Amino acid sequence: MADMQEIASLMRELEDQLVVCMRCGLCQAACPVFEQTGREADVARGKLALLDGLLQEMFSDPRGVYERLNRCLLCGSCAANCPSGVDVLEIFMKARAILTGYMGLSATKKLLLRGMLVHPKTFDRLAEWGARFQQIFTRPVNDLLGTSCARFVSPLLSERHFVPLAKTPFHTIMPSLNTDAGASGIKVAFFVGCLIDKIFPQVAEATLQVLKHHGVGIYLPQAQGCCGIPAASSGDTATFKRLIQYNLEIFEDEKFDYLVTACATCTSTIKEVWPVLIRNEPGDVVAGVKRISEKTLDIHQFLAAKVGLKRISQTNTDNPIGVTYHDPCHLKKALGITAEPRAVLEANPGYHLKEMPQSDACCGMGGSFNLQYYEISSEIGKLKRGNIKASGCEVVATGCPACMLQISDILSRSKDRLTVKHPIEIYAEALRH
Amino acid sequence: MIRKEILKAFKQAVGADNVFTDPADLHTYSYDAAVVDPVQPGLALRPTNAEALSQVVRLCNENRLPLTVRGAGTNLSGGTVPSSSGVVVLTNALNQILEINEADMYAVVQPGVVTAKLAAAVEARGLFYPPDPGSQAVSTLGGNVAENAGGLRGLKYGVTRDYVMGLQFFDVNGEPVTTGSRTVKCATGYNLTGLMVGSEGTLGVFSKITLKLIPLPAHQKAMVAVFDQMEKASETVAAIIAEHIVPATLEFMDNFTIRAVEDYSRVGLPVDAAALLLIEVDGHPAQVEEDARKVESLCRNLGATSIKVAADAAERDKVWEARRSALSALAKLKPTLVLEDATVPRSKIPDMVRAMQDISRQYGIEIGTFGHAGDGNLHPTILTDRRDKQEWEKVEAAIADIFDRALDLGGTLSGEHGTGIAKSCFLEKETSPATIIYSKRVKSALDPNNILNPGKIIG
Repeated sequence: MADMQEIASLMRELEDQLVVCMRCGLCQAACPVFEQTGREADVARGKLALLDGLLQEMFSDPRGVYERLNRCLLCGSCAANCPSGVDVLEIFMKARAILTGYMGLSATKKLLLRGMLVHPKTFDRLAEWGARFQQIFTRPVNDLLGTSCARFVSPLLSERHFVPLAKTPFHTIMPSLNTDAGASGIKVAFFVGCLIDKIFPQVAEATLQVLKHHGVGIYLPQAQGCCGIPAASSGDTATFKRLIQYNLEIFEDEKFDYLVTACATCTSTIKEVWPVLIRNEPGDVVAGVKRISEKTLDIHQFLAAKVGLKRISQTNTDNPIGVTYHDPCHLKKALGITAEPRAVLEANPGYHLKEMPQSDACCGMGGSFNLQYYEISSEIGKLKRGNIKASGCEVVATGCPACMLQISDILSRSKDRLTVKHPIEIYAEALRH
Repeated sequence: MIRKEILKAFKQAVGADNVFTDPADLHTYSYDAAVVDPVQPGLALRPTNAEALSQVVRLCNENRLPLTVRGAGTNLSGGTVPSSSGVVVLTNALNQILEINEADMYAVVQPGVVTAKLAAAVEARGLFYPPDPGSQAVSTLGGNVAENAGGLRGLKYGVTRDYVMGLQFFDVNGEPVTTGSRTVKCATGYNLTGLMVGSEGTLGVFSKITLKLIPLPAHQKAMVAVFDQMEKASETVAAIIAEHIVPATLEFMDNFTIRAVEDYSRVGLPVDAAALLLIEVDGHPAQVEEDARKVESLCRNLGATSIKVAADAAERDKVWEARRSALSALAKLKPTLVLEDATVPRSKIPDMVRAMQDISRQYGIEIGTFGHAGDGNLHPTILTDRRDKQEWEKVEAAIADIFDRALDLGGTLSGEHGTGIAKSCFLEKETSPATIIYSKRVKSALDPNNILNPGKIIG
């Protein structure tokens, strides 16, 4: 049971935020989960009504509400389309915290969040062991996408074609770094993020290469932690706050102009979730979070706004490779970033950007949503696959490692010969030629 | 509580996965978009074919269970708020466009098809389904027909009623009834289609709808005219119609709404203007250009302080973005928004807008007025906080006053939102005691056990 006072204060905040929803129901047009199920409890209006009903004691079923609350990608499509401007994500995060505080975390989540995530070093070690042993349990199925599937029938992996843990995580390749600002006169802190560190280290390597190329000084502290989104979305505020504290400490040791990440989810968490969920913390934490989150930039945004992107000229441009771009929800809907990643792609003349239909439709990943509701997640993913295929491109790029995982899974299961890349990888390729 | 054996019969009819009995699920079917109290149903069902739908209706009647059909639940008069312990029947699994016939220009749809999806599907074939209620992105055609939904294009193109060629529906016993035809002309039998459109689920349950389509207009032109006096704006509306020009859309915004929209979206609206008219003409390019020129000079002659004609598609989008954001902009000012749709003959619009300003002052509540000036269908929008009991009482009194003023001006309680439960007690004022008795007789003849959406329209 979490601190009752904290729960009460969150509930008061929630009441004022819930009343903003006028039940117009327009979120039904935007919600990828509702599109699959047609159930009102799956769409924002239904969830907000449930929370309202619970707070007003119109009915009593906190567990029922909690379960329904979790059937959500937290993609923010509803909020982006909401005529009344309901802070849907903020409400859901708080509600998850309240209900988790009220009912306690499940045993599995406790193990994952409190046993692993909160201790970055333990998490790193477990992931390394995982990387060593996974070859025994999985076999490569698609060399282009680099996905694997379960060798044996595994209840956890089911039909997934997941991108395996990297043999060497980024924190082993490059444990730490501290270089001064070069030609750009700018120094950044690089927040790597768990998925990039453990599954897509090549994205982090490309990021370093690009930053170096532009004469940007880099501060990469050792043993970075998770941004905390898995804990926040599970309502585990205790773990979430410990992770923020941890990150604040390691990044406060050094002076830098911006904190950049190549992960859409990390960026939006630091900018949008950190300041909201720590509002009732001591003043120094609030101030520390404010300092960091104001300085945080998505890598594409940083390159476009602070460094200046130029089309790189020396590349062979006779037969440009077709690339299409998927807008991660956490970049477009959370932060309004759409032009910058495309500008990064277009800076490499070896590629030709071609838009897919509905590039901003959610891919269906939603972090733990994919684990809990794999079938719905896959159905949403199939719609994304259709749009990717419609572009006719050989490469699909997206600025979010979670989207990269989902898109790789969905393409691989359909035996598609496409490559999934982060825009920063494509930009770095041009620098290598 | 619904008895076990009845529940079993429902499960057999629609499949166990489509039967919802959890209080949490049921709570999400207790409301619609109207500002009325929620009512928790006893059961929600999601039939996936017409046969299942028919069985559901029959079972409800046999067991005297009140039945409320629900499309997207965007109703603004409480028509989809169920009866306590009643059954909610969801139509969103009945969402197939069964036919689009280009030669005969009609479409046949199941009731759960989303309005905007049909509009897009027919547009892809160069055809046009004009009714465009504000909720069209999510609203269902079954709901549109049941409510006789309107939209921005009412002036030139009419409302949902004008596009329903025929219907198949289940009577209260679950028996199929057919009315209307796929033909332009049809003179057989009673005009049951006319009776069913706008009947709000009280007389039968739709299973198939045949809708008229028309050719897609080739060209559009939009413009915004600014007025420093409301009278000038409404004189302009009258003059445009008198000139025999029928714009596709002719929208009005009062000063309160203009300021709210500008505060919210910074599109560059003149915040000191008394009124704005947003006008769009469509049709053959030559005709459109000529009409647009005429409208422009009418606006100038009648004292518009400025007028801006959209030069291209992007500018046209900007004009409509301002109009579309009106409701959002107002919604953000206060927690509760009551969207009324009292409608008057279009010549009475200045009187009606003045009446709204008087009521706003008299009760000390905020009212923004915008809407469809061309067809007299205004949306006085009251901004309040329903949790404030004292103010809420004033709001209720103000709403009653708005209705009275609209009726005094020869208007109607509702242009497009329906009667539902929100306006049923005012209906006699607009009609006559005999009208209510007549309607009740129709209802009891067709639904003797009063299970079809009871309490709606006639109380």
